[in-house]
Amino acid sequence: MPSNLLKRIRPQGDRCLIIDLGDQIDQAVGLRCLTLAHRLRQAQVPGVLDIVPSFTAVAIYFEPGSALGLNPVAHLTSLVEGIIDQIAEGAELIARRIQIPVCYGGAHGPDLDDVAQRMGIEPAEVVQAHHASICRVYMIGFAPGHPYIGIHDDRFNLPRREVPRTALPAGSLGVANRQSTIYPNVLPGGWHIIGATPLRLFDAEAKQPTLLMPGDEIEFAPIDAERFDEIKAAQTGEHVP
Amino acid sequence: MSMIVKRPGLLSSFQDSGRWGYQHLGVSVTGAMDIQSHQMANLIAGNTDDCATLEITLLGPTLVFTEACCICLAGAQMNARMNGRPVPRYRPLIVRPTDTLTFETASEGTRAYLAVHGGFDLAPVMGSQSTYLRAGFGGWQGRALKKDDEIPLRAPLVDSKETLTALSERIWDQMLYLPSMLGQHTGRKSLVRLIRSDQWPEFTAASRAAMVSGTWRISTDSERMGYRLQGPEITLEKPREMISEATSFGSIQVPRGGQPIVLMADRQTSGGYPKIATVASVDLPILAQKKPGDEVRFTLVDVEHAQQLDRAKAAALDELSVSLASIRQWLCDAKATVN
Repeated sequence: MPSNLLKRIRPQGDRCLIIDLGDQIDQAVGLRCLTLAHRLRQAQVPGVLDIVPSFTAVAIYFEPGSALGLNPVAHLTSLVEGIIDQIAEGAELIARRIQIPVCYGGAHGPDLDDVAQRMGIEPAEVVQAHHASICRVYMIGFAPGHPYIGIHDDRFNLPRREVPRTALPAGSLGVANRQSTIYPNVLPGGWHIIGATPLRLFDAEAKQPTLLMPGDEIEFAPIDAERFDEIKAAQTGEHVP
Repeated sequence: MSMIVKRPGLLSSFQDSGRWGYQHLGVSVTGAMDIQSHQMANLIAGNTDDCATLEITLLGPTLVFTEACCICLAGAQMNARMNGRPVPRYRPLIVRPTDTLTFETASEGTRAYLAVHGGFDLAPVMGSQSTYLRAGFGGWQGRALKKDDEIPLRAPLVDSKETLTALSERIWDQMLYLPSMLGQHTGRKSLVRLIRSDQWPEFTAASRAAMVSGTWRISTDSERMGYRLQGPEITLEKPREMISEATSFGSIQVPRGGQPIVLMADRQTSGGYPKIATVASVDLPILAQKKPGDEVRFTLVDVEHAQQLDRAKAAALDELSVSLASIRQWLCDAKATVN
């Protein structure tokens, strides 16, 4: 009997199936999506091209050939239901933990004071609240290596900036809607920038092209501007001026 | 040694069937806009692997070959000429060193595909040779072709006049049957089948009716990432915030403002707009051959039927591949020895 954790299975066009596990952003639902995506990946199903978790769903992309049989939807549905049953019985995600050094405020985090004001607390308290708890990468999207990290406490439930910035420096750490993101490259963005990491988030030529993967546990570690420059220089192999 | 770019054309970039397996890392699939023409060009040039082809947009390049090779053109009609003589589409053609290939503005369709036997020698990035223009990697230096680029070829043919002449004649005499599923799609054909999304019922009755009865014009800011459609306003019964979710090639999303956008090859991996429908894969090549200003109409198909058509097209490509076995063998026999 399919578990009630499974909300809906719906095709998106003729080469993609979306598995809904919830209707709103929620830690438990997000974790189930990540677990489902991970187990589907492990299953290495021939004919499946991509498995993409988001906050409330997992998308499965497949090729039109015969690898999945004449009824790819039925085939994938039974596979998904089996994994959902395992999750209902307590199957967990084994995740990596990644530490991300962040220089909060100042030139690296121009919106920190504004965010503090919106939250009604001191900038130092924002920093404390932001790195106090372990977060998780729930999805990567928008641009290569661009993570959606959460889920922060309710004080971080800030709408995005009304006027997005057209070019944010690579490494900028933004918060909005109880989530954090880090811009992997110079990109436009509407999130509130409270800091930056010197780490490189995306390298197309690398064996593992992104620093982060969906499911990773994230520990933000505050650093000062000097340490930021040191790490940055070590990453690029350049000398600090 | 290579193919030299004398004039780059409007937008010429290398594309294969896409960079699959990395969407969960935010990496767009990219790949050929018109996958069917890309695949046909490859097969007819004697490739069974998914080698990158050159996707040529609207105004073609001028290319000089410095080596003997076999090429094939598919997709848009751009009145290509080799040393001034017309080059037919969907035929293998033997090219000799110093031959010059020119194109004009597309007179039918939007995107032409140039395949070369053995493929262009491009380093795969994340398993694909597709150019990811927005992120600047893959293909040739992560960008569209520029004047004076020299693209190496992976498997040139032996530079012997006798061999090439004999091969050319043999290939010319070979009849080539294209399965009917793979018929011309670059012309006036403009009816595109849609699969309803699960959000379809949330759109107003007028919007749903307009989607399938109206005539839609491809707007001027349409490109590889998406096609904006100009026509009646499409609205939800009750506007609501969407949680960002995965997107597909052909998904039609409707941002506030009501002008739908069909997501194409360079689409972002996720999006937070409501989607009214998704274009059936079998008809994506028709859409990919439309240019800004062209008109399209839509009709509905159910997902099972769309999958059936999709499978039938895959089978037709397999059939085409089988029929080309002898041409592949002749090309293999004429390959230049590698030092």
